[in-house]
Amino acid sequence: MTQTIHPEIESKARAQQAKLRRRARINALIRYFVLSAVGLMMLYPLIWLIGASFKTNSEIFTNPGFLPKNPTIQGYIDGWKTSTPYTFARFFWNTFLIIAPKVIGTAISATAVAYGFARFEFPGKKILFATLIATLLLPNVVTRIPQYLLFRDIGWLDSFLPLWVPSALAGDAFFVFMLVQFLRAIPRDMEEAARVDGANSFQTLIFIVVPLLTPALISVCLFQFMWSMNDFLGPLIYISSVEKYPVSLALKLSIDTTEAFEWNRILAMSVLAITPALVVFFMAQKYFIEGISSGGVKG
Amino acid sequence: MARLQLKNVEKTYGNGFKAVHGINLDIEDGEFMVFVGPSGCAKSTTLRMIAGLETISGGEVHIGDTIVNDLAPGKRGLAMVFQNYALYPHMKVKNNLGFGLRLKRKPKDQIAKATKDVSGILEIEELLERLPKELSGGQAQRVAVGRALIKSPEVFLFDEPLSNLDAKLRASMRVRITDLHKELREAGRPATVVYVTHDQVEAMTMGDRICVMKSGHIMQVADPVTLFERPANDFVAGFIGMPEMNIVDGVLDRESGANLIIGSQTISGGAALAARLTQPSGPVKIGIRPQHLTYVPKGTENAFEGKVTVIEFMGHEVNLHINIEGHSFICVIPSEIYDRSLKRGDTVYVAPLIERLHVFDPETGVNVSLGQESA
Repeated sequence: MTQTIHPEIESKARAQQAKLRRRARINALIRYFVLSAVGLMMLYPLIWLIGASFKTNSEIFTNPGFLPKNPTIQGYIDGWKTSTPYTFARFFWNTFLIIAPKVIGTAISATAVAYGFARFEFPGKKILFATLIATLLLPNVVTRIPQYLLFRDIGWLDSFLPLWVPSALAGDAFFVFMLVQFLRAIPRDMEEAARVDGANSFQTLIFIVVPLLTPALISVCLFQFMWSMNDFLGPLIYISSVEKYPVSLALKLSIDTTEAFEWNRILAMSVLAITPALVVFFMAQKYFIEGISSGGVKG
Repeated sequence: MARLQLKNVEKTYGNGFKAVHGINLDIEDGEFMVFVGPSGCAKSTTLRMIAGLETISGGEVHIGDTIVNDLAPGKRGLAMVFQNYALYPHMKVKNNLGFGLRLKRKPKDQIAKATKDVSGILEIEELLERLPKELSGGQAQRVAVGRALIKSPEVFLFDEPLSNLDAKLRASMRVRITDLHKELREAGRPATVVYVTHDQVEAMTMGDRICVMKSGHIMQVADPVTLFERPANDFVAGFIGMPEMNIVDGVLDRESGANLIIGSQTISGGAALAARLTQPSGPVKIGIRPQHLTYVPKGTENAFEGKVTVIEFMGHEVNLHINIEGHSFICVIPSEIYDRSLKRGDTVYVAPLIERLHVFDPETGVNVSLGQESA
């Protein structure tokens, strides 16, 4: 059935539609403008940092814009060399030596502890778990002094051990708690099926629980990586010799030793220092989201 | 040999709640035993105790000649199919099937052969490379059965395996599982099956024997026909059969033969009923299946008079809801003889089949009309 519409009504309707469309376009324009402006405001310090790292020392404070007039990588070259006998390569390597065992250890130990809390009944479980949560609420600073004395007595000062051993022994309650919560949401059926299939608790953990836990484990590693990369206080307290400095301390070093601050070096090295964290974050973010969206168990 | 015995098996939870009250059950080698009961009757708990997923608080579970109370689930020689399949979501179907064998460190070619055999039997060959999330409910169900089958266990445990499937698929899987059980028996490697369900149709059609449970107690263990025709108590009588058996309070008068009184109406059970009864005169519960109430003309002897309250036309039959002296009855009439002019509020007469009628003790619920030999 065809229906004829009066031309006048039709043209009116079209005008109305055009008006609506125009209004929607203007709305979108305003929305995007506001969002971009706020986003830019948030990102500007970072953008400025990157821009300024290519400026000369004198230009940094004279040119408020982020685009350098005469881009130079001198800041990177000089900064990398540092005023110490070591280059930044050494400091990156030191950071790696702390972070690698810390991240791996955290993933393993937090999984084991969380598995225990989430899946087994044992005497004192409630009290132990409450203690774990209590340490979560405790400010980090409170334990700094006793910990320092402890590690001094063990003879671990000026080594990487105090920086990663506690974490590698499930010392970070937050990660254990996070994994416990994640595990609680995973139905036990798969593990029970594995037990009927003949798996012992350990095999169940390795073959069934860990794969199911992957998304949570990726975020644990990601957090641990970024936090350790940014950790300044820990190395400051425990590391005293320059050859063992991680990047976070080394950055401070270039401020300390030079009388007139070479800002371009500091900024250049800051850019390098945040790069690994950014790269790892963006790489892991993909897996993180993928893990979450495909991790759901279809019933 | 995989005879499965439960001896005084009990389950008490940490909070003191007693879920299973000392049950005794003997399941023969190669038998298909169905646990059925309403939710909360501890049928799944019992199954999980057999599987080893739940600790046994008291009593013993024997599989073959072994007491398995303290044996790990994987060492009990059994396989289990879970209600929501519990496939390992990160493994392909073929790895799901082979997982148990891999744990036993079976050689690769043997696992491959077993996977091929089982997927052939269950027609899941084309699914082997898929992940569980890419399977439909019915396919996932078959993979779950395959994962149990591949281990050639002596005992199969099924925990409501069909309850997540739609009605049509459920019917076909029902047949498939019973066929599988028969095929295994014919192939000379009979498997004992314990199958938990809350669906009495599954129970009646699949089981060699059925164990009806209620609140952690076994109500009756019998084959489907006995369960239907000679229920041990009012619970079993009410649970088995569709629509539910009419069970109403009445009075038994054994002054002359056996008269059953409901309100002001009396029917005579005669010598046949009297011979079966093991209960003296007094209040009783009278149980009559809806199929055993016959629609009769006015004036027929031994008939109850009642008023129609609801008429449900089902197609091949009609469910007539009748109010007899304040008690609600359902009467199933074949639609061929159903009087279409009947309407709500009409007076009708229904006669019970005396030989199919049951009388229960009002206190204990025990069936007192089974005769001396089995009372």
